[in-house]
Amino acid sequence: MHIVVLIKQVPDTQEVKIDPEKNTIVRAGVESIVNPFDMNATELALQLREQYGGKVTVITMGPPQAAMALKETFSMGVDRVILLQDRGFAASDTLATSYVLAQGIKRLEADGEKVDLVICGKQAVDGDTAQTGPGVACRLSFDQITYVTQVDKIDLDARTIVARRRLAKGVQVVQAQLPALLTVEKDINEPRYATLRGIIASERAKVIEWCAADIKADAEQIGFKGSPTWVKRIFTPPPREGGPKFDGPDAVKKALEVVLDNQHFKEAVFGEEGVCKR
Amino acid sequence: MEETFDLVIVGGGPAGMSAAIVAARAGIKTIVIERGEFPGSKNVYGGVVYVHEIEKILPDFWKDKTAPIERIITDSRIVFANDHGAMQVGYKTDRFSDPPNVITTHRAKWDRWYANKAKEAGVLIVNNTVVEEVLRESTGKVIGVRTGRPDGDLHCKLVIFADGAQSPLLVRAGIRKEVKAEHVALSVKETIQLSEEEVTKRFGTKPGEGVTFEILGSLADKMDGVAIMYTNKDTVSLGIGANLEQWKKSKVTPYEMIDKLKEHPMIKPLVDGGQTKEYVAHWLPEGGYDTIPKLYGNGYLLCGDTAMLFNALHREGTNLAQETGRLAGEMAVRAIKEGDTSERMLSEYDANVKNSFVLRDMRKYRKFPHLLFNNPMIFQTLPDVVGDMIEEMLLVDGKSKKEKQKIIVRNIRKKVGLCRLMGLAWRAWRSVK
Repeated sequence: MHIVVLIKQVPDTQEVKIDPEKNTIVRAGVESIVNPFDMNATELALQLREQYGGKVTVITMGPPQAAMALKETFSMGVDRVILLQDRGFAASDTLATSYVLAQGIKRLEADGEKVDLVICGKQAVDGDTAQTGPGVACRLSFDQITYVTQVDKIDLDARTIVARRRLAKGVQVVQAQLPALLTVEKDINEPRYATLRGIIASERAKVIEWCAADIKADAEQIGFKGSPTWVKRIFTPPPREGGPKFDGPDAVKKALEVVLDNQHFKEAVFGEEGVCKR
Repeated sequence: MEETFDLVIVGGGPAGMSAAIVAARAGIKTIVIERGEFPGSKNVYGGVVYVHEIEKILPDFWKDKTAPIERIITDSRIVFANDHGAMQVGYKTDRFSDPPNVITTHRAKWDRWYANKAKEAGVLIVNNTVVEEVLRESTGKVIGVRTGRPDGDLHCKLVIFADGAQSPLLVRAGIRKEVKAEHVALSVKETIQLSEEEVTKRFGTKPGEGVTFEILGSLADKMDGVAIMYTNKDTVSLGIGANLEQWKKSKVTPYEMIDKLKEHPMIKPLVDGGQTKEYVAHWLPEGGYDTIPKLYGNGYLLCGDTAMLFNALHREGTNLAQETGRLAGEMAVRAIKEGDTSERMLSEYDANVKNSFVLRDMRKYRKFPHLLFNNPMIFQTLPDVVGDMIEEMLLVDGKSKKEKQKIIVRNIRKKVGLCRLMGLAWRAWRSVK
């Protein structure tokens, strides 16, 4: 099985500042790390390789220093790392980025390396859009399962994958056709601690570099030209308010009344027709 | 195929990196194991780097535009302070600007830049990795280290330990003793943000040039503290250090000391309104000559803070680390090339360090730590008395000069006693002459 992991180098979020005029993230002087969710994606790929065999290729789009992020995943034990690097890629939004990444995967397939599974982090911690992964899936016409917390089964003969995804109100078990794209949650696994040999090997690792021409990227669809996104404002969303609180002697009674009156609760228990299911 | 190394260096500070650069340039396969996120991330120091020792490794480095130099120091001042005033002695000259003698730099940036020079020389640096154990042969010869990473053993021909003053690793391995509290100083430092123009204006320097202050006196409550104030490009470093034993006894917290220092009438106008950008603490191995451990053994060398190499009187540590790192690097090259890393061979390093300014200086000031230890109030009493004396002479209050002299003498008698003062001055002189 050939698994491709898509990663992003991001500024260490503990130190992020926003430029109040340009509405963009100030990157100068901030340490770069591998987007934490992408570390989980890499770990999942390695675990699936251990279970089902095959190889893992990690791809990122970014400036030359993004090679550092690739090397970090290499030290964990992936087989190959590819940097999509071109001046034309600069200023790409999620639409253009997903195009570039998809072109990179197409190049792999054109080279005769069929891709069975693409894994991404659920979102990057710098932009938090969660659009790039799904964007890549659309462009490749792959099935996609987002917010994955567990992969239950891959059947390489039937070309299917079963995974659990987190929803706001529960867990959904989904089966998809391979090739598929997954985006993963943080709690899916604990990324491994690289071995000393892994780190030494990563320092010597060859980073394959592909420019726009290498992946046959259309100049109209990359970088500034290919990015229709216009950032109007960046702000911190208000924190979620907690639910109602009850105290006093009849706190339990009051709380129960609220729960019983809740529409979701009623639907779950009585069904939409209002008839009790049991 | 597994890659093997000739030389393992524990610690990516100035000592370790100097050794690494020298060794790698001579074709020795060298790996540095650093516990921090990157070399320099765990390191703290006063804030000055002496040019001379670095030039031996990187000639004309200060002409390199990428070198993270904050300011070139052309003005050095010594301040004797009491709690409400201060006397300064300073020396300012353009001769220290080209070529520079001392520069200020931020350690995190400096060590990282220095590490990049090592990388260019072919050194492999592994960050985020702790060395947990020293590996030995049955004969006791050191043959490598065990790191905290899975599959983490590294075998080599020689190990250089440059892992800092505390070095729990060497204590565990029985190579060095644990440092005593009385032999280390705890220093704390704040970096205070102003603007580049403001620093230049407040300290009266040319753009790009700067001032260092060494401050003695009763700044530290019930302690022999020595404070420093250095100018960086757009920040001021303000630090204070005192013997760990004295911190323990006085129960004063480091931040209280810094806060008090910032309120001193001589310091306040220079840092007022600035924002504290960074707050750090560090151990200084100030025990001096008599606390230096054996610098070599079968298969290993010690350099820098690890070997307790620090000149407490002149506040020099980084340059001693760089110099001994360089000497250790040279020793490693010779020993590895000749295929002999035995204790006998490595004793040559010990001789080289003894012949260098490093041990000559430390021997010269051998008694200084004892002086401090046996006369705990010396850094408070003397500047205090000097301050009182000058204040009295400067104050125009209708008293005759003769009367003033009497007041001064009476004051000295009250505070220290003339005999004791003379004795202190004599012992102080003897300890450093």
